[in-house]
Amino acid sequence: MVVAAGPVIPDFGSGSSCEVNNGWFCTDWVHAHWGDTLQPALLQHVELSAIAVAVGLAIAFALALAGFRWRLLDPPIGALSDFLYTIPSLALFQLLVPLTGLGVLTVEIALVSYTLVILYRNLIEGLRSVPADVVEAARGSGFTRTQTFLRVELPLALPALLAGLRIATVSTISIATVAAFVVAKGLGNPIFIAIKQDSFKTEILAAGGLAVALALVADGLLVLAQRALTPWTRRARA
Amino acid sequence: MPGQAAELVFNEATKLYEGREEAAVDRLSLTVPAGEICVLVGPSGGGKTTALKLVNRLISLTSGDIRIDGTSILEQDVVELRRSIGYVIQQVGLFPHMTVEANIGTVPRLYGRPRSWIRTRSAELLELVGLDPSYAKRYPAQLSGGERQRVGLARALAGNPPLMLMDEPFAAIDPIVRARLQDEFMRLHEEVQKTVVFVTHDIDEAIKVGDRIAILRPGGRLAQYDTPAAILERPVDDFVAQFVGADRALKALALRTLAEVELGPPADGPRVPRDTTVRDAVSKLIETRADSLAVTDDDGRIVGSVWLEKLV
Repeated sequence: MVVAAGPVIPDFGSGSSCEVNNGWFCTDWVHAHWGDTLQPALLQHVELSAIAVAVGLAIAFALALAGFRWRLLDPPIGALSDFLYTIPSLALFQLLVPLTGLGVLTVEIALVSYTLVILYRNLIEGLRSVPADVVEAARGSGFTRTQTFLRVELPLALPALLAGLRIATVSTISIATVAAFVVAKGLGNPIFIAIKQDSFKTEILAAGGLAVALALVADGLLVLAQRALTPWTRRARA
Repeated sequence: MPGQAAELVFNEATKLYEGREEAAVDRLSLTVPAGEICVLVGPSGGGKTTALKLVNRLISLTSGDIRIDGTSILEQDVVELRRSIGYVIQQVGLFPHMTVEANIGTVPRLYGRPRSWIRTRSAELLELVGLDPSYAKRYPAQLSGGERQRVGLARALAGNPPLMLMDEPFAAIDPIVRARLQDEFMRLHEEVQKTVVFVTHDIDEAIKVGDRIAILRPGGRLAQYDTPAAILERPVDDFVAQFVGADRALKALALRTLAEVELGPPADGPRVPRDTTVRDAVSKLIETRADSLAVTDDDGRIVGSVWLEKLV
């Protein structure tokens, strides 16, 4: 343990008095560092999250297809995705480093594992909730199995899937800030740097605020997609 | 696409579920002539729904055969077979994510009909089942139970199938709307002349809509297959007599209307239109305690009279 000989004088560079005094939010710093710090971090964050959700969706879809067709597979797949979700994110990152190194791959593996439980469970619940009479009518009208799945079961599972996608996206954007432990990317990176520099408040608030804003925008876009893709859910009997 | 009405023949059709002693449908043999409505009726456990689903192979035959216009259902591709048979079920099973028009267009779409053709066909069918064309763009959640079953009927008719299977189509609908749907179904049948197999547990409905009635007893054996009049007048055994009810003589009165009765000279009394059933006319006499009823034509003019002795 290091015992300081006297009061530590933080070095915030040669910025404004706001920066020197570590004020709550120094707009001049944000202006000065948007281009070299915040914007690149934001774009990296979008990339990290988008890849995680896309890959997670693809894997969850394949798993749900299997769990729906062969009911015996559902409990083990569900349990595995539950288990992955219970591992604390920091621990998971640390556990993966020896296996996959300090890189984007490690981050993506962790982020993808967290999307699986929500996407898999929602998708399979959505598929199961399709009423039996609707499936019977489809089969009786001469739909093949594939047609029944693609034209009836999958569209009817869409509201549940999109609800899951919203939760998965927002939580991935949030968890992705922790990825900066492993790789210097995303909005977590400026936050970590600021913490190391005696918690430079402006940088923490700006990067954190961007992560929140990104989550809200992504959620808003998914709500719009939901409205466009599932028009029948909003038409109840007048 | 398929065309007019087809003859349907059950030949020793049997369904035995694995692990069960008793058959669900036991050597069922009957012929439904082209264009007729055959009602399968019986207590639960009589295998009537099973018998129906054997026809479109939602349930597979254990032994025996079913032929549509001479071709065995087993020799046809199962998907093609189902597309050529209209299918209506009690819970309707409309696709909730599709508009009424898209629901009606289900089978034509499977046949690759263009969108414009489907739009025209769906408008025709909506009119046929008594719904306004403005319903085309609605979703099933926006319809009442009766309206949904009308759309279900339109969907089943859209592929112009020579055979229709209807599994308790009106059972989940309230009695007033049910009676109206039965009437409209019979009028519609006059118009389209399909062969229909209609399952119900309601003997009154069977008598009303059926050209022929097949009564199944538990264990899926055919008890009697005949016209409604013959079943009411000459039940073959106690089971059938009991199933049709102690009031079968009264039920038989529902098979004729006043138009088929020799009328007495015009006289005063409560007025009833000529298309009233004899059963309802008798009920009217009892209710009003009148000696006779004045029978009117379509324009409301009195054309004759009836009294109890004339009716029974």
